[in-house]
Amino acid sequence: MTRPRVVITGVGTVSPLGIGADLLLRRWVAGEIGIVDGEGAARDYVATDHLSKKEVRRTDRFAHMAMTASDEALAQAGWSDELPYDPERIACIYATGIGGLGSLEQQHDLMRDGGNASVSPLSVPLFMPNAAVAALSMRHNLRGQTYATASACAAGSHSIGAATRAIQVGDADAVIAGGSEATLTLLARASFGKMGALSPSGISRPFDLRRDGFVMGEGAGVLVLEDAEKAAARGARALGEIRGFASTADAYHLTAPDPTGEPAASAIRRALADAGLTAADVDYINAHGTSTGLNDASETAAIKLAFGEELARAVPVSSTKSATGHTLGAAGALEAIVSVLAMNERIIPPTLGLDVPDPELDLDYVPNVSRPLQPRNGAPIALSNSFGFGGHNVVLCLEGAA
Amino acid sequence: MATATPEAVEARVVEALASFGPDADQVTRDATFEELDIDSLDLVELAQIVEDDYGVELKGDDMKSLKTVGDAIDLVVARAQ
Repeated sequence: MTRPRVVITGVGTVSPLGIGADLLLRRWVAGEIGIVDGEGAARDYVATDHLSKKEVRRTDRFAHMAMTASDEALAQAGWSDELPYDPERIACIYATGIGGLGSLEQQHDLMRDGGNASVSPLSVPLFMPNAAVAALSMRHNLRGQTYATASACAAGSHSIGAATRAIQVGDADAVIAGGSEATLTLLARASFGKMGALSPSGISRPFDLRRDGFVMGEGAGVLVLEDAEKAAARGARALGEIRGFASTADAYHLTAPDPTGEPAASAIRRALADAGLTAADVDYINAHGTSTGLNDASETAAIKLAFGEELARAVPVSSTKSATGHTLGAAGALEAIVSVLAMNERIIPPTLGLDVPDPELDLDYVPNVSRPLQPRNGAPIALSNSFGFGGHNVVLCLEGAA
Repeated sequence: MATATPEAVEARVVEALASFGPDADQVTRDATFEELDIDSLDLVELAQIVEDDYGVELKGDDMKSLKTVGDAIDLVVARAQ
């Protein structure tokens, strides 16, 4: 028996490039960068513009952005008025790298200054990492399996992979997937800074010789994934398909990627095999591309190992993080979404700020200017790479509309 | 510590509850917590506020018996005597 195909019927985003998935693509392709003063804040996002007073009060910013992005995604899928499936057949698997860190810091300050009684009874539901997925479940009455994925900067892609599997094994007819992060906080800045991961220059320029670390961003991406036959039966339009998914672990170092790139290459090979495709079928790679010295080098090595030198040099590779900064647990979701939208517009989006090539990194990183995408065979195919602290490697194989 | 006159307590309780979600004009003495979508977590926060302002300590069991805004105001005023 063949497994069900999994299609994307709705997407929604909040990002440093504004509110809305089409806007994210349009602004990135136009060369706009959402980073100001060294951070990719979702500056246009004011929770009270989108949510009730009670929702805003009871959830952290990472859940606020999740709810707003989910409204966009469900509306596009045609779910706004009524759920198309039994609510217990709709799962919600949603990522965060850290959770409600801003709320955690705030409550810790209150406790330190005023004692235990000063802590809000809402503290735990504000900062728990599953707060966003719980809020999505309650907001939309989703009653199937509901949990958060946590694998740092790979979490958003893990959520899409787990969601895809849930549909393929028949546990769900549809899944709300994606990820959120809102950690532009004092502790996060200090912590990522201390470990030497943050860019001292405050510039995200993946694959550039001058790259000096990642720029922290915030945002949320939500995808509505459905069993393709059931989506077609209700007349839904598919934006794209999750063709393949694979995940491996480096088992190498707490934060540094395996410099050989071999475990990440293995994830690429396995994702292609899961899709029933080969490297020669790939039209575009949306890189993890963090702008750290180590990631961009090991990711380049991984692509070469998986594709072979010749095919690796031929495939365009670009990094969304050049426009948004690194949105941690949201990144995989935002990048899968924007990759599918770009394919559907037949555009290869650029790596912005890449002006001084690193002689060690010799792939086609699409510097600064987008270009047209001409699919090799019918429907366009992209890979989206995500790698997380802890050695988590996730690769999604995505198909756009034919 | 503020003096717990019925008027002062009413104004403070209404203000607190309105900050939790409902519009201030919905928060009348007769309004039930159910109608206002005020749940147990909100009531724990309300208890913290009245303790800070009036020194009245309300326990979980006290809160459970409250059905309306008026019930909460009356309980705080009575305990503050």
